[in-house]
Amino acid sequence: MTALTRQDIGRLLARQGILFAFVAFMVAFTLANGRFLAPDNVMGVIRSSAILGVMALGVTFVVISGNLDLSVGSMMSFSTIVVLDLHDKIGPALAIPAMFALTMCLGALIGFLVGYLRLNSLIVTLGMLSAIYGLTLTWSGGKNMDIADKAGTWFGVFGQSSVLGVPVPILMFGGLAVVLAFMLAKTPFGRKVYAVGGNGVAATFSGIPRARIVFLCYVLSSFCVATAGLMQASRSMGSQNTVGQGLELSVLAAVILGGASLMGGSGTIFKTVIGVLILGFIQNGLLLVGLQFYVQYVVTWVIIILAVWLDIAVKRGRLWSPIA
Amino acid sequence: MTNVTLTTLLKRGAIWGFILFELIFFSVAGEFMSLSNKAFMDIDNMLLLLKQSAPIGIIAIGMTVIMINGNIDLSVGAIYALCAIVLLDSLNWPIMAGLGDWAIPLAWLLALLTGAGLGAINGLIVWKTGVDAFIVTLGSMLGFRGLVFMYNGENPTSHLNWTLVDFAEAQVFGLHTATWFLLAVTAIMWFVMHKTVHGRNAYAIGDNRAAAVNAGIRVGPHMLINFIMIGVLAALSAVVFYSESGSVNPNDGQLYELWVITAVVLGGTKLTGGAGSIIGTFGGVIAIQLLRKGLGHIGADTQTVSLVIGLILIAVLFLDRQLNRKGKEELRI
Repeated sequence: MTALTRQDIGRLLARQGILFAFVAFMVAFTLANGRFLAPDNVMGVIRSSAILGVMALGVTFVVISGNLDLSVGSMMSFSTIVVLDLHDKIGPALAIPAMFALTMCLGALIGFLVGYLRLNSLIVTLGMLSAIYGLTLTWSGGKNMDIADKAGTWFGVFGQSSVLGVPVPILMFGGLAVVLAFMLAKTPFGRKVYAVGGNGVAATFSGIPRARIVFLCYVLSSFCVATAGLMQASRSMGSQNTVGQGLELSVLAAVILGGASLMGGSGTIFKTVIGVLILGFIQNGLLLVGLQFYVQYVVTWVIIILAVWLDIAVKRGRLWSPIA
Repeated sequence: MTNVTLTTLLKRGAIWGFILFELIFFSVAGEFMSLSNKAFMDIDNMLLLLKQSAPIGIIAIGMTVIMINGNIDLSVGAIYALCAIVLLDSLNWPIMAGLGDWAIPLAWLLALLTGAGLGAINGLIVWKTGVDAFIVTLGSMLGFRGLVFMYNGENPTSHLNWTLVDFAEAQVFGLHTATWFLLAVTAIMWFVMHKTVHGRNAYAIGDNRAAAVNAGIRVGPHMLINFIMIGVLAALSAVVFYSESGSVNPNDGQLYELWVITAVVLGGTKLTGGAGSIIGTFGGVIAIQLLRKGLGHIGADTQTVSLVIGLILIAVLFLDRQLNRKGKEELRI
């Protein structure tokens, strides 16, 4: 009986462990610095995590379907540069849909290569990381992009304004998270994403069109990337070509921290949001305590390993791996 | 039967055929498009190309072993930077000043030991916790980079030692020091992978881990050794490069993991493990460097290089899939 209870506690820890870790962090940082939980600080952290968060939402779908996406950072640079460039040429009302269309074409291309041609997603997106970066530089000619008339455009609403005291990036992140959480948990498409990632062969034999589901996951991911690019462009009204560089790995770290397995088939939008917020709050908390920004790298490292280790340790029922 | 051999031959020779194609293409195209009068196939140009291949190439040889073993290492760029800092900073220590030129081999040793230690950390975590190598090294890529910054803040670390620079710039039989290191590493690792028990076991583990376990191969120690090896090779790469340059920024080595993986995949090594060759990777490294240099020679911008390399990587993957249609990968999703 006792053993069972202990097992139950272990299960609970593993299933919601990331939530407990999150709470523990919040308490510790609040004790260390009273300003940590002040509303404006909390709002600031969520706001600065929103761009990473929106990208992580899309990557969650890709990861659950059993694939990887390393191209999101480079794709985000692309959409930022494109929308800024088109803004001055055809106006914001046309630039935004054009940018979404172009970015989602790239997503569709990756989806085609990984879904229909069944190429390895790690290498395809690695190649696309490089190729899209080249495309971005070709588009911009290597120069920074700036909106000429920053005061005379409504383009800044997505990054700079607030509604009822809540900054628009937070609303966009929150809104997208709710919609995608519903899509993943409550619609047939969402179920199929889990099925394809959990056991692709079984899913195929059950009549689930694996290729199409993977394709749609990448298109969805590119939609999220385009949204993130829009938020980034709107916030800064100007950008370098390398604005998204390296973000793909932070995004992946947030998704993994949220507990999605890289093997596919597990993970939720809610957990990814928690993963994103943990990264954001750790960064902020360590800065408030007075540590340098790079300490967060080391802390993130330890947390990622511990989180994933705990997760699989409970699943296999023992702490150390059975590898001889 | 002949068909099979032909396919195998085609696959093995593909990277060398590609290199030959690049050489011909850039030589011919260079005649019309180059801004300089110098020929692309100039001997000095080619020697320089080999030298410039060395930093990525030495790490790529190690990555080949890791990938044959069925793992991946994303932390090589951070290990490279941290070892470079240890190398240059240790030369500034007061104890080292008293040693004269003997400080140099000692600093090299320290850097290599650092690389071995960092590799061992990765290997032990992969072995003992059973967490996927991709996640472990993604984490340590961040963590080691954090250590790089903690060592010396955001300042560059530098040390100028003329003996060191002379050594790094020396040319023996026409080849630069860095090239010799690359060739030696390639030869040694080829020997390790093809003529030792460890190499055979690494292939066996990557090809079918369950079968390897049943055959009595201890998987863990082999993975640990491989991670230590790539740590040492990343350190060696840093030693070769920073002996000459003498100054390291905390952001150095970023994106190296991507370049290295690209070279290894171009060389024909499978991500799924069990297949791949050291010599193929050597070809992959040369092919990428040729492409960068050649595109520069015919006046293309850096953006074209990124674009072309990305597309070639995907094309290689596609061709490889076409040539290996049948087999177990078809069912794996």
